[in-house]
Amino acid sequence: MFKLFKNKKNDRGLSVERGILVFQNTSEVIEAEKILKKSGRPVRVMGPPPEIQTGCDLVIEFPLIEELNILRELNENKIKPLSIVPVTAPLLEPVDLFHTRDYGDYLMVRAANMKITVEKKNRKIVNISGGGCPDVPYVAWQMVGKSLTETQRPRDLGYTLCAYALDLAYEELLKKC
Amino acid sequence: MLGIIGTVPEEEFPFIHGKVVLKDDNIIINGLNVPVNRGTPALIAAAIKAQEYFNGPEIYAFLAGDIGKGDGSRRLYHFLSQHLSDFDFRVLTFHYLQPDIEWHNKVLSVIEQLKNRPVLIADAGFMYAAKMSGKAKHYDFFTPDVGELSFLADEIAPHPFYTRGFILHQNDNVPDLIKRAYKFGNASNYLLVKGETDYVVDETNVFDTVNQPSFEAMEVIGGTGDTITGTLGVLCCADFKPHEAAVIAAKVNRWAAYYVNPHPATQVAELINKIPEALIKIMNENQKMPIPSN
Repeated sequence: MFKLFKNKKNDRGLSVERGILVFQNTSEVIEAEKILKKSGRPVRVMGPPPEIQTGCDLVIEFPLIEELNILRELNENKIKPLSIVPVTAPLLEPVDLFHTRDYGDYLMVRAANMKITVEKKNRKIVNISGGGCPDVPYVAWQMVGKSLTETQRPRDLGYTLCAYALDLAYEELLKKC
Repeated sequence: MLGIIGTVPEEEFPFIHGKVVLKDDNIIINGLNVPVNRGTPALIAAAIKAQEYFNGPEIYAFLAGDIGKGDGSRRLYHFLSQHLSDFDFRVLTFHYLQPDIEWHNKVLSVIEQLKNRPVLIADAGFMYAAKMSGKAKHYDFFTPDVGELSFLADEIAPHPFYTRGFILHQNDNVPDLIKRAYKFGNASNYLLVKGETDYVVDETNVFDTVNQPSFEAMEVIGGTGDTITGTLGVLCCADFKPHEAAVIAAKVNRWAAYYVNPHPATQVAELINKIPEALIKIMNENQKMPIPSN
């Protein structure tokens, strides 16, 4: 099985070792990532190749050798990818730069286009800004006024790339205060 | 008439369209109250406050509940693609919609066939879709913040989440990012870039930069970009040239902040209430008050 995938070639004779799982929406991607990472699968959330981009997408990159195991696991959790596509060209990588700004009594962390700010003394979320997807106002409504530990995470509340980016900022903020 | 298209962050909120008014900290549309906290309701409230000063234009909104699943956005896209030609708007502002290139193209194609083409302003998710569609030049205004400008400047990024690092690192170099966005055809005819310094530009001119009064906390207050875009729509309905409207909108936002003296926990509704005061100040300085068209 290993050799079969290791030597898999596409139409142009390029070696294909990685594939992507394409889902109906970003919330399914987030859910699938949670499940697969929990069981230690070597998966990464990435940007889709241009030919399948619709506007607000994530895909899961995985080693093709793991395909059957991954599909079985997702199936057990009632998640079904729309398609599985072999990858030959580099995929877009999510932003991994964080910007932190100290406002004295408050601390802000930005990931990509999303910013989250807390009051340091009680870790209360005082503002969420940035982003353009419709779950941003919803997630902000749910989180602002709550402490970092009592709120649900952005990835559990939201459905889009903006929520995913905000979750990264949230995680970074947890490390910092 | 100013048309505003966007979403309300409540799953059960119905698809609705009609004239909007503001009462206290709620917008009211067809008898439904929507709190002004952030997102499209904040943009609408800012527009209504700006409209109070000019005594016009009428503000008409198309709204649907959407918490990120895209269902409300699709309802809006579908309705607009079928019925937008039944309306006559001087300005159309598109806001928090799930980015979807296919639906975006359908709606834009309807707009392009309208007898009276409105001024088109795209912000938030709809701006993402407009950029990715390759049709940025069909728009009069994009209103990005600096992070979103980096996304416009990255010709292959489908969303700000994928902006490449070497472009993100130029966050402090707004003029170069603007040039790059235009070079690859990913900027609208005019840009109002919101940041520590606001830029009002087109492909060949920097019309103005606005950086006073300055408040560091504005960066973290959710909705401060929405308020600029709301004000811009009203000013575009008046007889200002596009770049003049953008400069005034940027100044008004800063002076609204001045009257609030914001800190990082300030909420956008406080700023919205100060827009009329800020408009009076800026318009008195400009000594110019065109008559808005409905």
